[in-house]
Amino acid sequence: MKVTVFVSPKTTVLDPQGAAVEQAIKSLGHHSIEGVRVGKTVTFQMEGADTPEIRDEIDRLCDGLLSNPVIEDYRYEIAPE
Amino acid sequence: MKVAIIQFPGSNCDWDAEHSVQDVIGLPAGRVWHKDALPDGVEAVIVPGGFSFGDYLRCGAIARFSPIMTDLKNFAGQGGQVLGICNGFQILCESGLLPGALVRNDCMEFRCLNQPLKVENSNDRFNTETLGNQLSLPIAHGEGNYRADEDVLAGLEANNQVLLRYQPNPNGSIHDIAGIRNLAGNVYGMMPHPERAVESHHPCLDGLPILQAFLQPLLQSSPVEITA
Repeated sequence: MKVTVFVSPKTTVLDPQGAAVEQAIKSLGHHSIEGVRVGKTVTFQMEGADTPEIRDEIDRLCDGLLSNPVIEDYRYEIAPE
Repeated sequence: MKVAIIQFPGSNCDWDAEHSVQDVIGLPAGRVWHKDALPDGVEAVIVPGGFSFGDYLRCGAIARFSPIMTDLKNFAGQGGQVLGICNGFQILCESGLLPGALVRNDCMEFRCLNQPLKVENSNDRFNTETLGNQLSLPIAHGEGNYRADEDVLAGLEANNQVLLRYQPNPNGSIHDIAGIRNLAGNVYGMMPHPERAVESHHPCLDGLPILQAFLQPLLQSSPVEITA
């Protein structure tokens, strides 16, 4: 199966990258757009099926390495091959 | 060696840290590869600056899982003296040895300058009496913007855990924080580079009292003559 992890800066944490991108968006004339946040996507293949155990393993990976809980949130999607 | 300097792939201030401790301050120091064990007899550890693992994922995120970090956590847990400088500070935060995290500078620029800093009265080693009210240290970072939640910040302030504050603030760091210590007072972290301010050809010499403050427990047991 394929796992896609989405990591984004916490809403309470300043996101300078998002602010800079928002500024660029506005400079292009898109004045109705706001609240831009820039995160990252991590994808990987994983053996096994979508079970609570597998989700525990992915959660541990996301909490320990792929995101820093002090500044980031994560969510993920699991798709069968 | 009494002072170990941990070398990760991408560390680039390791030699400067070793030189400042060994040749300038005069304590036996050595570099230790991140896959090796922390040698017996080490009394202080410096986690140096650089771009460990290319800063991939987040600064310090991958170094945090290096084999030597288990030894470092045990060493810190037993009261060993630990100083993280720049990327070293980011690694200590990622590993949970210090609270908070460091994110991208609010200006979105890499900041490289001799930075004025305000000294806080933190403990018997880091205070205005030992360091003066103000000093300058080189900074060179793109991710030095310190962040922590309200409770953590309140705790840092209430327990005098802030060592240095930017004056003025170059990166958006909350409460102008440039350096902190843990509650026990044996783990220190700062974005400025004291090891780059210890000799007459450096921008200033203010790094010397900072390193001496950190190494004070070792210097007390084996006084050495400063040769700067």
